[in-house]
Amino acid sequence: MEIANRMGNREPRWLRILLIAIAVLFLGVFLFLPLVTVFMEAFRKGAGAYFASFSDPAARAAILLTLISAGIAVPCNLVFGVAASWAIAKFEFKGKNILITLIDLPFAVSPVISGLIYVLLFGMQGWFGPWLAAHHLQIIFAVPGIVLATIFVTFPFVARELIPLMQAQDTDEEQAAISLGASGFQTFWRVTLPNVKWALLYGVILCNARAMGEYGAVSVVSGHIRGKTNTMPLHVEILYNEYNFVAAFSVASLLALLALATLAAKTVLERRVKAGSPGGHVAEEQLA
Amino acid sequence: MSMLRLLQFKRHSVLPGFGLTLGVTVLYLSLVVLIPLSALFLKTATITWSQFWSTVTDPRAIASYRLTFGTAFVGASVNAVFGFVVAWTLVRYRFPGRRILDAAVDLPFALPTAVSGIALTALYAKTGWIGHWFDARGIQTAFSPLGVAIAQTFIGLPFVVRTLQPAIQDLDAGMEEAAHTLGAGSFQTFRRVILPFLFPALLTGASMAFARALGEYGSVVFISGNMPMRTEISSLLIVAKLEQYDYAGATSIAIVLLLASFALMLSINLLQWWFTNAGDGR
Repeated sequence: MEIANRMGNREPRWLRILLIAIAVLFLGVFLFLPLVTVFMEAFRKGAGAYFASFSDPAARAAILLTLISAGIAVPCNLVFGVAASWAIAKFEFKGKNILITLIDLPFAVSPVISGLIYVLLFGMQGWFGPWLAAHHLQIIFAVPGIVLATIFVTFPFVARELIPLMQAQDTDEEQAAISLGASGFQTFWRVTLPNVKWALLYGVILCNARAMGEYGAVSVVSGHIRGKTNTMPLHVEILYNEYNFVAAFSVASLLALLALATLAAKTVLERRVKAGSPGGHVAEEQLA
Repeated sequence: MSMLRLLQFKRHSVLPGFGLTLGVTVLYLSLVVLIPLSALFLKTATITWSQFWSTVTDPRAIASYRLTFGTAFVGASVNAVFGFVVAWTLVRYRFPGRRILDAAVDLPFALPTAVSGIALTALYAKTGWIGHWFDARGIQTAFSPLGVAIAQTFIGLPFVVRTLQPAIQDLDAGMEEAAHTLGAGSFQTFRRVILPFLFPALLTGASMAFARALGEYGSVVFISGNMPMRTEISSLLIVAKLEQYDYAGATSIAIVLLLASFALMLSINLLQWWFTNAGDGR
């Protein structure tokens, strides 16, 4: 901190002020204005119109579906993330790096393609399409497809937070617990989990934010059936395309509040994760 | 499954649960990611080469690549310049509101893309706060390639800033000091000492922003206006083909886009390797 201040003083004062002004202006225009716009547009016709947007049954159905799909996707990826990080961090095996790369794969796939792959598998003309139709099962243009696409796009979040942290911690405490007679599950619950709880929560929060906000992948598999297969972001799209801007931005404002809560939680947790990790591990950003 | 052979158990550990956790990991990974993704490549196998080639080199497809790659490049370049200033300011200077700005940098990650899409459109449309200003000067922002570039800049910003921040923190004070002692001016120190040191991180961050912009859909489709040949991005062309039940066509374009992002991911990994090996073993 102190070095940063001292070094910062090397640039002439006018240059520092200029750089700060550019940064503030750029972030102001590119980040704050869009955020402010969401709330301005939502309240354009007053609080009454704002709250009326949520009494629409289609809006309620969209909120419910978003909660359901995130409610399934997040726990699935949480269990997977814990299992993957246990296997990867606590044991040595061949192909570990390949496995880590494969876990990150969904981040490299664009949202539309993430939806497309499920259409190719389960759509009417897809590999399992005829079989599913014969058994009167529907995945694409139905809730299961939405859940699958959501799981895919949020797949790496928890694992990505846990793996580097657990790799940085040694296994001495776990080994002691096992040698004292604790079961594997007890060891995980009582020893490992307390060491990684903040990183775990951090991963879950990011996973949840993406699960609730995903648009591209979900829009490909949803079919946009109002009141049935619309999640909140899809409902926002439909309202917007119908020029029902107040309602669109009202639903969008809920998602924006979720984003703000996520950022706040992220900022707090980042400090905890940094403080609680050996060697000052820095929680990695959710990149690519 | 050949994966399992790759993942052979090497060292014995007293800790339990290896078989179970690795089994769950590989099974879930295969079911959720690997098998669905391979469906894309299997689908390609059912398309003849000439069919594939004529789809991916169709003028409408070419126009979409030109737009998507061109505007993504513009967005990444804008972010490289302004992201640098933002990262530099956030790391090196102390000023009121710095913490809030720092936290806000992640907003494009956290804000659902559909929400950023409609917000940017409202802002840059002719009636919007910013669009209004541009319109008075005869510049169309929303529903033009410029609008696409604006959305792609928005979603790419955090990549540049977050990749640069740790690198700026690592700048060796001694190095700068030495340059100054040897009589280098501020600008010379920046160009000869600081910029070369930060360049790998800058390039990595900008490449990540570029890769993200290539595949971006939600924040772009609202502001772009989606006119074929003019403001239709490649992701949207995939959706358009899917809506006509042209699965083969959608898959062909998807393969082009996917190969581009895999190639980028590979280069980013190489860059990061260079990055970690360039700065004295860190």
